[in-house]
Amino acid sequence: MTATHEPATGVDEIDTDPAALHPITITVNGTTHRLAVEGRRLLVDVLRQDLRLTGTHTGCDQGVCGVCTVRLDGATVRSCITLAVQADGADVRTIEGVAPDTRTLHPVQQAFWEKQGLQCGFCTPGMVLRVQEILEQNPCPTRAQVREGISSNLCRCTGYQFIVDAAVEAAERMAEGS
Amino acid sequence: MTRTTDNQADVPAPTAPHKDMKWIGRSVKRVEDPKLLRGLGRYIDDVVLPGMLHAVVLRSPHAHARIVSVDAERARRAPGVVAVLTGPEAAEQFGPLPDSGPAPDKHVWRVLAADKVHYVGEGVAVVVAENRYQAEDARALIDVTYDVLDPIVDPIAAAEDTGNLVHEALGTNVAYERTFTFGEVARDFADADLVVRDRLRWGRQTAHPLDTTAAIGDYDAGTGEMVVHTNSISMTWLAFGAAVALGIPSNKLDLRPYISGGSFGSKQFCWRSTVTAAMMSKITGRPVKYVEDRLDYQLNGDQHGSDRYYDVELALMRDGTFRSLKIDCVDDYGAYIQFGVGSHGNALAQVTGPYRITSTEYRVRAVLTNKTQQGAYRGFGADAGNWALERIVDKAAAELDLDPADIRRRNLIPPDAFPYHIPSGNMYDSGNYEPVLDHALQRFDYDGWRRKQEAMRAEGRKIGIGVVTANERSVYGATEFWFWFDDKDVPVKTTSTPEGVSMTVDTVGAVTVTLYSTPFWGNSSDTVAAMIAAEEFDVDPADVSVVHHGTKGGLPAAGPGGSRLTVMLAGAITGASKKIKDKLRRIAAHDMEVDEADLEWVDGGYQVRGATDSRRGIADLAMLAYLVKTALPDGEESGLAADFVYDHPHLTMPKPDRSDLGSFYPCVGHACHLVAVEVDEETGSVDILDYVAVHDSGTLVNPRSYDGQIVGGTAQGIGTALAEEMTYDAGGNPLVGTFWDYLIPTALDVPEVNFGHEETPSPITAHGIKGGGEAGRLMAPGALSAAIDDALRDHGVRVTELPATPERIVGWLQGQGG
Repeated sequence: MTATHEPATGVDEIDTDPAALHPITITVNGTTHRLAVEGRRLLVDVLRQDLRLTGTHTGCDQGVCGVCTVRLDGATVRSCITLAVQADGADVRTIEGVAPDTRTLHPVQQAFWEKQGLQCGFCTPGMVLRVQEILEQNPCPTRAQVREGISSNLCRCTGYQFIVDAAVEAAERMAEGS
Repeated sequence: MTRTTDNQADVPAPTAPHKDMKWIGRSVKRVEDPKLLRGLGRYIDDVVLPGMLHAVVLRSPHAHARIVSVDAERARRAPGVVAVLTGPEAAEQFGPLPDSGPAPDKHVWRVLAADKVHYVGEGVAVVVAENRYQAEDARALIDVTYDVLDPIVDPIAAAEDTGNLVHEALGTNVAYERTFTFGEVARDFADADLVVRDRLRWGRQTAHPLDTTAAIGDYDAGTGEMVVHTNSISMTWLAFGAAVALGIPSNKLDLRPYISGGSFGSKQFCWRSTVTAAMMSKITGRPVKYVEDRLDYQLNGDQHGSDRYYDVELALMRDGTFRSLKIDCVDDYGAYIQFGVGSHGNALAQVTGPYRITSTEYRVRAVLTNKTQQGAYRGFGADAGNWALERIVDKAAAELDLDPADIRRRNLIPPDAFPYHIPSGNMYDSGNYEPVLDHALQRFDYDGWRRKQEAMRAEGRKIGIGVVTANERSVYGATEFWFWFDDKDVPVKTTSTPEGVSMTVDTVGAVTVTLYSTPFWGNSSDTVAAMIAAEEFDVDPADVSVVHHGTKGGLPAAGPGGSRLTVMLAGAITGASKKIKDKLRRIAAHDMEVDEADLEWVDGGYQVRGATDSRRGIADLAMLAYLVKTALPDGEESGLAADFVYDHPHLTMPKPDRSDLGSFYPCVGHACHLVAVEVDEETGSVDILDYVAVHDSGTLVNPRSYDGQIVGGTAQGIGTALAEEMTYDAGGNPLVGTFWDYLIPTALDVPEVNFGHEETPSPITAHGIKGGGEAGRLMAPGALSAAIDDALRDHGVRVTELPATPERIVGWLQGQGG
């Protein structure tokens, strides 16, 4: 977690009742939501169940596999081990916010399609968000750098090779487009 | 030796791969992908029905214990709870789960344990609440009293134990035992110059798709109809099994398929989630969702892989020519045996691999222990079988001081011997193995690598090279379900493994394909269907609509499994397309007032042979078929629709004495994998330096998708070889429960695979296609094992147990076995 936020209530006032509701404000893909959530409620459940953004998946519920990856104030985080209250005040981007419109894919998505960087598609939203972040930090990575970068996220189908192909292809497309 | 050859007449000679195809053989972008890339896949857990409740299962903490009592009263009063069903209550209201094992009445398998728990993780009760948080809260309030029993963990000891039994009614922990003798084994062993022996251990693993198994039951108490939305079992032909367990008429049950984030075999027949969700919906009258969490999948998902102890003997001549093979296998099935010993049928389908071996003895003992039961994992027993065979071949090469590539080459079945019957009776439809080996050696630069290896070893580096040449059987046959037993003990000798499709061409000529079996699991079912249909009708695959139909009212369909789906869909869609094209031809001939025989199909329409000005395009003809009845020939029905059920392409019956199992897995591909590794003596880590995979699965449909399957399967095989293991302690407690300790390969653990293709078409399938979905995982474990041996040959280390974890390798280097 890199984001820091003012707590919704003063420290002295924190209610230890797990069922107590806490008001939070989060901006998801540009839309601001004001919600009241249990202290234990996970960010992934807010996204999937409360906001019905089901492109973010859960795979292990333990923060290992990375299929629940979203971007919180720009940085990828595991939404399955992030409490919703931790995202109070944050800007969240999910896979639904990646493509510019309903007809056009983002260059990273397009490259995944061209290179078949996916099979079952379950890790794909997290992978796409992670590759986007990698390319923002390093617009022209080597294959080894891509591998190291995506080693945060598990894929059980592809053996990663075509994901690396897709990341390299996306980097080239984005370099041409910029 | 004498083999049944009476079916060879049916098998035409292989043809050259089709090169005049528009779509087949092209790397087409998959039609499934745009929605997946946008996060709009609609996996089962994305689905919300009005009034839907959430189920969680209380799992046993004990490996072996009697259930004295289950008190759920506190849970029933907890906030949000709608229903709790305990194991004893469930046994009164619902039937056992469908069990294809021997004597299922003596090891009754239920969705919840009724009187005894048989493994850590077995379900004891289900809680249903308004949301999952509340359901999990309430689960913690269920009080179960257990009478803890001694755990049964070691299968070798369990096989001899008659006092402490997993299932008392069975009277033994050995659920199945038989020795098959195919050909003159005793004679061939007596005639051999030498016999090489090995004792091997294939560890327990599991597929671990990132999306677990899940279902939503939706019962209508008014009509008695049960709809189950599911990402697992939804094949029409055996759906009645779920109806029996649920106590509803089979024609009131509809299993509706949803895409799934991976299966790798583990969702093929997966009854538990479907029955859990459906029974709780029946009880509550509301839709109920049950989604396995990672622990549910791992401990109570019925999907562990083979867990085998092998004694292998290879009889051969001093020049390296193989004669005969004996395999004695103890397989630790865990607490139940849902598919019988079907995974040994997969091994028997290619028991002698790509080699000329004229006789085989195969003994299997299926032992029950207090562990999670086996299911299917990519290869379904042929993974372990290939590894065991390649291990003994490497040992033979070492004993004779032959190059491992050379000993393989001299034993490969020659191309003029196909169709070839192996000792167990299975037929290999076609093959040309030596070009695959040559291709791989060249692509790898085998001689160059051997030179590099010597130079690097001279610097003290532990470099090893491994090679395997092995087969992938595809398209399983139903005799595999029962040939284990004598004919008198088989109630129905099943021979069908159908795959039905429906096709329509609509009023404006647009094509729709309806599939009736389990849908997209990552295996590109929609793209395959679209490409085959596009090939037939000369349209773009992106313009073909693919529909997944539920089981109710559906055509017979068996779904993925045994790398069959592409072959079966190609057969079915080709068949249905022909029916529609024949009708289009009749309509065109009638409309043009010419003889049908004078028409030819060219580029999406019929024309008089050679006369392009006489064309009737598919859209013109479709318009007539739907809107102008008076333009149709007499008796022709309006519309353009056809069903076609394709069934197994080549099945023959086993002999009554089971000296020959017949042909049941006939579409057989081949591959050669070559790998160079470096082993770190201090840490035991294995670094992959180079990896080549050359495969021949007949005609390629979508090469990029196929390569994706090869790379992905190879990655799983690398996990199998080096890292993945479901371990238990002596008390039957699983030592692995998360992805922190069950180590799925990351992007840093797998290499860039350098892949190549050969294409030897099948003579018995549409377009010559063979299955290839499991091929990567069937090769990699053997290749890695051989490379580690080679790297550590100065230490006398041999990989005899998988996974070859760093810990094990260090132990072997310190002289602790191996």
